[in-house]
Amino acid sequence: MSHIRLENIVKTFRIARRRPGLWGAFHGVLRREYRTIKALDRVSFELERGELVGYIGPNGAGKSTTVKVLSGILVPDSGRCEIDGRVPWRDRIANAANIGVVFGQRTQLWWDLPVIESFDLLRDIYRVGSGDYARARDELAALMDLEPLYDVPVRQLSLGQRMRCDLAAALLHAPSVLFLDEPTIGLDAVSKLAVRGFIKRLNRERGVTVVLTTHDMDDIEALCDRVMVIGHGRILSDSTLDDLRARVTRERRLIIDLLDEDQTIADPDVSFVSRSGNRIHLQFDPDRVQTAALISRITAKYAIKDLFVENPPIEEIISRLYDEHELR
Amino acid sequence: MNPSFVLPYTAVLSARFRMLLQYRAAALAGFVTQIGWGAIRIMAMEAFYRSTTAPQPMNLEEVVTYVWLGQALLGLLPWNPDTEIRNMVRSGTVAYELVRPVNLYTYWFSRSLAFRIAPTLMRSIPLAMLALLFFGMQPPASPESLLVWLAATAGAVLLTTALTVILSITLMWTISGEGVAFLAAPIIYLLAGMVIPLPLFPEWAQFILEMLPFRGLCDAPFRLYMGHISVAEAWAVLLHQWIWIFILVGLGAWMLSRAKRRLVVQGG
Repeated sequence: MSHIRLENIVKTFRIARRRPGLWGAFHGVLRREYRTIKALDRVSFELERGELVGYIGPNGAGKSTTVKVLSGILVPDSGRCEIDGRVPWRDRIANAANIGVVFGQRTQLWWDLPVIESFDLLRDIYRVGSGDYARARDELAALMDLEPLYDVPVRQLSLGQRMRCDLAAALLHAPSVLFLDEPTIGLDAVSKLAVRGFIKRLNRERGVTVVLTTHDMDDIEALCDRVMVIGHGRILSDSTLDDLRARVTRERRLIIDLLDEDQTIADPDVSFVSRSGNRIHLQFDPDRVQTAALISRITAKYAIKDLFVENPPIEEIISRLYDEHELR
Repeated sequence: MNPSFVLPYTAVLSARFRMLLQYRAAALAGFVTQIGWGAIRIMAMEAFYRSTTAPQPMNLEEVVTYVWLGQALLGLLPWNPDTEIRNMVRSGTVAYELVRPVNLYTYWFSRSLAFRIAPTLMRSIPLAMLALLFFGMQPPASPESLLVWLAATAGAVLLTTALTVILSITLMWTISGEGVAFLAAPIIYLLAGMVIPLPLFPEWAQFILEMLPFRGLCDAPFRLYMGHISVAEAWAVLLHQWIWIFILVGLGAWMLSRAKRRLVVQGG
């Protein structure tokens, strides 16, 4: 049986439309006009226990709404949803005890309390036994080096420190599912790596099912085997990252550092993408020309300092997918 | 009751309590302001009593005690929504409140209980001491009066908390909460007896004031303290309070279940 199952979830929001200007504001008092936004339009997917899935899409696509439905915060208009056989919004309290949630832009820690007191409070709120709690807390602290932060009030933490504490806070009650809504937003490179490393270990070693929404494609590349793309409230793609890439484009990038800045490269099998100084980005289709053949042809012809082949950045793949579905 | 059942609620209550006790400067400022206001209110009342010859339902000495009790327990009035809940609704952090395995109404009631008690406790005891020693406030009429006053004050605390939670829940519709506080505060002050002691209101208003919940916040407990309502009649005050506590808790729980269904979490 799958761990999480969504079937045709629909969620609409009614938003008051305001006309611009003073007259508009006045008009709004007398008669409100509403427009309906379909945040989720028949969203369906299933996750197996222990999966780590990336959930991506442009702003306003419905990512956070999905997470909020799964965590029992929002009640959908129609459709079915179960986590471990429980309907999140009908069985909100039992479901809440079984899941962990991190909304990256907000903290669940008490702003004025030292970190350790927030943790203790969460122990009581989740009714975790003191033995289980101490074990979970110490493990999490060891993984993310939290102990030096215990006595610091949350408001004095850096964003990276806060996110590590927030991740731990979501896991003290040993949930079987973790929803991460943009956990790396605003973090510096080192903190991002720490957070990613932690999520990976959590998933591999403890088998926690993770749903990760993000705009950072490096998160996806580093962590997720499976990627779901959502746009306009619909799932546009649900596959492995490689399949997604292959489906959207077969192209490869050829990046060349020239010895001579004035030089250009012309070859029938490559097309020009961009140039900065003596670095040139080209692209080619590996179905039309063999990579090795292409490289030897070019190195024979031009004076080249360095050369490497890359997949197009995942950002571009996603951006093309959005274009296909007219998401801009 | 199973102790682990109440644990989340007592934990959040005591944490909030400890946090609120940190605001010592605010307590001191409130303390000074409330002494000033108390003095002004008493001067106005003295002027009124000097200019009237008609017998009043309360003598001046009683009014002075009534005013100082009011000043000491001012923070207990449900004049604004819980600031913590207001901040959570504004920032969208309220989403986290809904992923806790707790009954949300009970959880918010516990928070608001601390929110009403902690600041009041810090101000009321020194203020009452000062008023008893220097400003003409009288001690309780009798040991029995003290007991029924304590019981009625406990009722007033629950009543004010139930009202505070209702104010906090309206934030789920209005977001800002300033409008609600603006409307609620003067009405509640007036109807609780904080502006003019309720017995001094005209005859026709008495029935309405008796029915409304707000007299249970200040007026009735204060009059029990000074023996203006006799110990034998205390049961009616407590019954009135508890009927309203049940009604307002029920109303709050119902409003919250409605609010949850229409919830749009800000941002994200």
